[in-house]
Order: sequence, then C-alpha cells, then structure tokens
Amino acid sequence: MNETLVQANGLKKYFDDVHAVDDVNLNIRAGEIYGLVGSDGAGKTTTMRMLVGAILPTAGEINVCGYDVLKQVESARSQIGYLSQRFSLYEDLTVLENIRFFAEIRGLSSAEWLPRSLEILEFVGLEKFKDRRAGQLSGGMKQKLGLASALVTRPRLLLLDEPTTGVDPVTRQDFWQLVIKLVSQPATSEGVSVIISTPYMDEASRCHLVGFMKAGKIIAEDTPSNLRQRLNDRILELRGEPLRELKNIALQSEEVEEVSPFGDKLHLRVKAGASQQVIARLQKQIEARNAKINSLRVVPPSLEDIFILLTEFNHE
Amino acid sequence: MNEPVVTVQNLTRRFGEFTAVDHINFEVKQGEIVGYLGPNGSGKTTTIRMLLGLLLPTEGRATVLGYDIAQQSEAIRLRVGYMSQKFAIYDDLTTLENLTFYAGVYGITDKERIKHTLNLVGLNQHYHTLTKSFSTGWRQRLSLAIALVHEPKLLFLDEPTSGVDPTARRAFWDLIYSLAENGVTILVTTHYMDEAEYCGRVGVMRDGKLLALDTPTNLKQKVIAGDVWEVYVSPLEQGLEALNQMDGVERVGLAGDHLRVISLGIDEKAIENLLNAKNIQARRIERGEATLEDVFLSLAR
Repeated sequence: MNETLVQANGLKKYFDDVHAVDDVNLNIRAGEIYGLVGSDGAGKTTTMRMLVGAILPTAGEINVCGYDVLKQVESARSQIGYLSQRFSLYEDLTVLENIRFFAEIRGLSSAEWLPRSLEILEFVGLEKFKDRRAGQLSGGMKQKLGLASALVTRPRLLLLDEPTTGVDPVTRQDFWQLVIKLVSQPATSEGVSVIISTPYMDEASRCHLVGFMKAGKIIAEDTPSNLRQRLNDRILELRGEPLRELKNIALQSEEVEEVSPFGDKLHLRVKAGASQQVIARLQKQIEARNAKINSLRVVPPSLEDIFILLTEFNHE
Repeated sequence: MNEPVVTVQNLTRRFGEFTAVDHINFEVKQGEIVGYLGPNGSGKTTTIRMLLGLLLPTEGRATVLGYDIAQQSEAIRLRVGYMSQKFAIYDDLTTLENLTFYAGVYGITDKERIKHTLNLVGLNQHYHTLTKSFSTGWRQRLSLAIALVHEPKLLFLDEPTSGVDPTARRAFWDLIYSLAENGVTILVTTHYMDEAEYCGRVGVMRDGKLLALDTPTNLKQKVIAGDVWEVYVSPLEQGLEALNQMDGVERVGLAGDHLRVISLGIDEKAIENLLNAKNIQARRIERGEATLEDVFLSLAR
C-alpha cells in the first residue's frame, strides 16, 4: 500500500446557514488521481481551498503529506501545488520569467529554479516557447504554463480546480496525458497525488478514484469501474424510429425504471436481471406497433447513468 | 417536418490571408438538434455569426428560416434565439423582473406571455426569487427563458449546460427535446462530449472545414472503424510505449489507471501476447465503446 498523502476527517465549512462542505472524508494515497465530481456549488472548490489552508474549516481535521494543515500550514503548503480556476499569469513576462516568479516566491534558490524550470517546460511541451510573452500564448498553452508554475516546487500533492473549463477537447486530452504521466512517473522517487475537480463525466472516468459531490457531501466514492459495476447489465441502448413512440412503448414495461433520450437513441435502465427479458419483449411490442428497431442491446453503463441513479431521489 | 430551416452553400469567410470558414455545406431540418464541435479557432463561432447575420460571408450563401443571411439579417434576428452563459442575469432582480427586462428588448410587454415562458422552463415556483440565490442549473433555465421569450423558430445554444452535474443537465435537455418536438430547431456549440451526446447530429470542424456531420452513432461507426479496448497494465508507461509501436494499433492514450487502445484488425489475444513478450503484465483487457471524444480526436488531429 502506498503512503497516504491526504487525510481529511469530518471536514465542514458553513457560510452562515449554507453548508458548503458538510462532513467530507478523504483518504488519498500517493500515485492516485482523485476526481471531485459535481455541479458548480457542490462544494468542490471550498474543499480544495481548505486543503491548501486558504480558508479555515468550521470543523474537521486535515493532514497533507504528514503535516496538520490547521497547525503547520506553511510546511503543508510547501508540499502542495495549486492551480485555481482563475489562475493568473503575468502577460508581459515571458514563459520562463513567469515560472521564475512563482519559483522565487516559493523560496527556490537561483541554482535550483533554472534547471528545474527547463525540465518542467520540456515536460509540458513549452520549451520552444520559453521566451514568448505569456500574453501571446494560446489558451491551451496558458493552461500548460499554469500547470508548469504549479509544478516548479515539485509538489507531492497537486490540486487542479476545473483546469479544463473552456478548453477544447484536443487540448484537454493533452493536459490529461500530462497529469497521468505526472503520477505514473513522478519526478522524484516519492509518489505524487492529484486532486482534480470537474463537472464532466468524461473527465471523471480518467481518475483512479472518484468522489461524487452534491450539496457539500460526497454521496459516493469508488473507482470508475466499480461505480459502473453498480448498473452492470442494466442499461440498454435502443435505436430506431420514431424515438418518441419507442419511448412510450418502453415506459409501459414494468421492468424499465427510466428512459432517457440521447440524441439519436434511448437509454433504458432496467431492473436487475431483467435485461434479456426486456429485450425479447420490447422487440415484439415495437414490431406490433409498426415502429422500427435498428438495434437494441446491453451497453456498459456510463458514470452519468450512475450519477443520475444516485441523485434521482433528491432533485434540486 | 421536412422543411430545411438552415441551408448553407459553400459558405466562406476570410479575414485577410486567414480563411476562418472554408466552403462549408450543410442543411438542417425543422425540429433537428445539431451540435457543433471543434477546437478554438476552428471556425464554429464565425459560422454562427454569419448565420445570425452579424458577419457577411466572403463567398457562398446561406439561408436561415428562408431568409438570406446577407440581405435579410433583421428578419433572421427577430426569429432566432441565442443563449450563452456569458449573458448578464441581474442578480438583484427577481426572475420575473429579469425576463421582463429582456422581453422589453423585443418589445414584448405581455405579462402572461412572460410568465408562460418561465413556466415552460420550469421556473413557475420562482417568479419572485432573486436570481443571486440561484444554482448554475437554475440560471441556465433562466438564460433559456430569455432566449425563448420571443418564441423563436431557431435556437442557438452556446455550451448551455457547462458546469452542472448530469442530473441538472438531463433536466435541461428534457426541455430542449420538448422544444424540438414542437418544431423548434436547435443548434448547439460545445467543447463537451457530455453535451454533444444529446444532439441528434453532430458536426466536427477543423481549420474552417466541416469534416463530418452525422448522427453520433454513425460518426462512431464510420470514423472509428476498429475496436476499442480498455487495457489494464503495469507499468503504464511501458505498456503505452509498446502498444504505440504495435502494428494494427491506431491510437493509445492514458486513461487514468489504464490505457485506451483503438486497434484495427487485431484482437485482444494479440495485444496480450505483445505485452507478455515485452514482460509487461496485462491484468485485464476489456472491450470498450467508441465515444464522440474518440471521433473528435481522430478527426481533429
């Protein structure tokens, strides 16, 4: 078992009567990418801000890399890199000057910062642009510079707060490849952990461990594959036409718990063990009604299916 | 439902030397929901600005709701709705006051019609709520109401559900589907696959060209011709390197605790054998499903 890098117990943050974070527990080990997944306002950013010691919890304990964040905040922070949602770069400074600035305010000596900065720029693929002003970089490159600045102190814990908001899918893919490399091949022999927040399930599926957040609480926590396992063999994909008619027919079946339209198809959630029975019966019923099936099959459940299952009884 | 609502022929826009939109062609029928995906700078926004009559094409032509974009942009703008999260919602006004303000821009003062629009998006319990207390999901509904108050026949949505969880996203899309069933045509631009999966057809743009426009299912089948595998190996990096050099492997990516592989003409046994030959342990190889993200990455690189 790898060393635990983040341990939070009973973490709470109340703003007047708003329970922004309400009894969150975290246990994250070296080598793990942990996804805090939920809507804006679910408590993701507040949780991160408590982990870096930027705001004090109303209650609870936090330990990061062996330091008590409430008592030894400077020591804890020396182990943390943080890329906030609105990170700022100095647009008039070059790429290298930006990193130098972050390195120096974190107390790195001049002998240390230059070789390390160059190494990090190579890692994020910005070495060719080291003398370009930050203001002249594309959105994706700014993102990578933000990441490089957060990494210059070689943190063991990296906190990324919705790092890919507004970033296109190609850039997002590149960014994720870097994050995964960071934990699978850490710069030093000590392991690294990453906590990343996102409202998107395609990002959640790339984490080792996912905590679904809703109204300040973690409502479920597991690996993406274990989470999906909860609805294994219970999601059917139905394609055909007209979709509206197919939806009505499917809804009449007692074994069908939910029907969701998805572009050119429907997803049906069926009761455990009922998938084959539903497939056989729906095929007959749909033919009898002169509607058309193009395909009807069991598909692997998505994290989206799981999230909806977990939250359907407490809508906003 | 067979009327084309949007027809685009050889539509092109140049800015100096730079061709932002390069001879694109497509049609959208009434009641369709069409999504546009593309990296920043691929020409999505320029296309939308031309369709809204805000920017003249350099070449080609397009009609929206039967009106020519170059000659009749006023008529178009009266009949289309536009929703962006960058829109200002006034935090110290109530829901009803916000919508009354925006309706006034269109010369609509009928209180019943304004309330009807709020009911349509599920805000009937919240007429007198100050919007500063709203969650992102509720704000998105109010933004939709603002885009709908003049009863447009065509609706442009720009990342309509960014920042919300799947439950709120699905509730929002239920509204969109019922609008489409009532004959409203919908164009969505987004960076997020979670949103694109809800569209009936999806277009992918790159460097000003429309590379593909089809249903999500067809895109996955046509663009991702091979098989998708989820390969659990350790060490991850060596696995990545080995598979990258393997014949028949189209693409390998890191996917958290495993590798995602798209292969053509090889089976899981071949993948396992290769890894074993290089002393890399394959714990598990599972068949995966192609996603719109796979499609996008294949087309946009």
